[in-house]
Amino acid sequence: MAKKDRMSGNEAVAYAIKQINPDVMPAFPITPSTEIPQMVSTYIANGEIDTEFIPVESEHSSMSATIGAEAAGARSLTATSSCGLALMWEELLLAASNRMPVVLALVNRTLSGPININCDHSDAMGARDTGWIQIYAESNQEAYDNFIQAYPIAEDPRVHLPVMICQDGFITSHAVMNIELLEDKEVKDFVGTYRPEEYLLNPGNPMAVGPYSVSNYAMEARRNQELALEASKDVIIEVAKKYKELSGRGFELFEEYRTEDADYIMLIMGSAAGTAKQAVDDLRAQGKKVGVLKLRVFRPFPAEEIAKALKNCKAAAIMDRTESYNGHGGPLASEVQAGLYREKIMIETICYTYGLAGRDFTVDHVYEIFGELEDCAENGTKYEQHRYIGLR
Amino acid sequence: MSSYNLKEVMNKPERLAPGHRMCAGCGATIGVRAVLRALHEGDYAVIGNATGCLEVSSFMYPYTAWEDSYIHNAFENAGATLSGVEAAYKALKKRGRLPEDANFKFITFGGDGGTYDIGFQSLSGAMERGHDMVYVCYDNGAYMNTGIQRSSATPRFADTTTTPVGKVSVGKMQSRKDLTSIIADHDVAYVAQSTFTRDFKDIHLKSEKAIYTEGASFLNLLTPCPRGWRYEMADIMQVCQMAIDTCYWPMFEVDHGKWTLTYEPKKKLPIEEFLRLQGRFKHLFKPGNEDLIVQFQEEVDRRWEELLYKCER
Repeated sequence: MAKKDRMSGNEAVAYAIKQINPDVMPAFPITPSTEIPQMVSTYIANGEIDTEFIPVESEHSSMSATIGAEAAGARSLTATSSCGLALMWEELLLAASNRMPVVLALVNRTLSGPININCDHSDAMGARDTGWIQIYAESNQEAYDNFIQAYPIAEDPRVHLPVMICQDGFITSHAVMNIELLEDKEVKDFVGTYRPEEYLLNPGNPMAVGPYSVSNYAMEARRNQELALEASKDVIIEVAKKYKELSGRGFELFEEYRTEDADYIMLIMGSAAGTAKQAVDDLRAQGKKVGVLKLRVFRPFPAEEIAKALKNCKAAAIMDRTESYNGHGGPLASEVQAGLYREKIMIETICYTYGLAGRDFTVDHVYEIFGELEDCAENGTKYEQHRYIGLR
Repeated sequence: MSSYNLKEVMNKPERLAPGHRMCAGCGATIGVRAVLRALHEGDYAVIGNATGCLEVSSFMYPYTAWEDSYIHNAFENAGATLSGVEAAYKALKKRGRLPEDANFKFITFGGDGGTYDIGFQSLSGAMERGHDMVYVCYDNGAYMNTGIQRSSATPRFADTTTTPVGKVSVGKMQSRKDLTSIIADHDVAYVAQSTFTRDFKDIHLKSEKAIYTEGASFLNLLTPCPRGWRYEMADIMQVCQMAIDTCYWPMFEVDHGKWTLTYEPKKKLPIEEFLRLQGRFKHLFKPGNEDLIVQFQEEVDRRWEELLYKCER
């Protein structure tokens, strides 16, 4: 039986952690994810869960200890944001290459500098090639739902990779919204007990982790890791189906919102998708054929699926909440356009950078963008391929 | 703690198998084997290892020299990684996911680069949190794995590849960091400094105490490196003996805050006896450099006096 409540995104993730009662959680505070380890510590202090919490001295150590605990045979996780993720970057690579199914609750915040505590996706995007699965939430509800699906994806023998569950700093993490929660038992049954095949604390069956690997072996290890990431796509979909049976809430690699007959589509990720959907409703009421493609799973990147979903529109806006400093757009822009090219789908695209370091992104911006897409497709007006929206 | 019987101890099964790729005459593996001999039979261990010579030479895929479970993560995080392993042990124990009688011990090894320098924060954190583990530093006084660059454990005036002796340089200009004291000041359960003696008794007893004292323990072992120190491979025991007899590397322990000297040379030898055996100090014996040896001696004396004071001698 679902329970209705009101929660912030951080509360929702902490509550999911409480329901899962994982074995080990090392963490170091950083705004805006600090509340997650605080809340977990309070659950532990009140005897509601018995997770081993390690108050480490840095984020590099939080991911290092998470890896150590996971290798030892314990279901492990941590939480962080921004510079914390940047500091653990080396360890993100090791979590993935050592095939550790750990989970990271990431509350997206911009990277320094200038130092700023507000939302954009530069932290997660900086870690996009570390071998982690990355799943993004639009709302507190999705952050909760995604988090509960994380371990079944990560621990699946076809995958054995770490999963990053992302939500937008402050916008999602601190804003309180209605939420539907599962019963504790439902969550426990869904996530199950962690029974690794091999682990350090297996008496009489020692295991060695983290070898030096010469060129004769290292390339195969990387390829196997990549194949596992590819295989995770099916697992993500399977887990989502099972989760729908349990919760009634369905998830795909991405959500298509009023795109069926859309001439113009905005591809966007995270909380701003909600803004885009509102604007789409407004424009639809005026007879405009517009829609939103909300990307949920960024890694593995569903390039082919996105290309096919965009093939019937006249123009698409690709929205990056980060800057790649490559001179022609953000990571979504590069990867979506590469996917379109592979499928030989030559629709017009404009790549927008928006919402950096917490800059507001409003329905007016969305109207403006759809106006530009229409002008571009209908009148042949040339727009700069890489544009900033909401810039002063 | 058991009484010490050299023959018995040396006849225990090895927990670091031969066939690894460490250099002949290397102190690190002698130190590792000495520590592992202190594990009681029937006890399991998880060994941690910072990146360094020991790691890249003992666990080269698909071979491992380690008989126990082993984890290498990265260079600067051996302390944090083993913290996680130890916390996992507590979690699995209390949740009944390990056999009741499975007794695990946690020992991590790092060189002075991974311990004094890049891994210092991670070590400090693990010690302060009081994980039930032993951190063993195999201190060979430079970054040997990358080719003998100076570390904060390198003694003053040593010739290294980043403090080369030259026309206007006499080697490293700074003194060694006293890491053993720094960790003792973390107020952890047990801290000790040791090296190899002919009977291996000191290192054995300290290892056993470190492993079987509840809480965080730290062992700092002087483990000479023939490549970096430039001594004759067969002379390693003599080098270690001179390190303790000149009081360059005093052997002591700090057991729950109590400082005890575990070896006092009958006659404290001049520092030249230690320096003379090593090519990295060759330039100190050139005419005109006498004052450098005086300075070295003064530092050794000052540190020795401080230690005697702490040990209430």
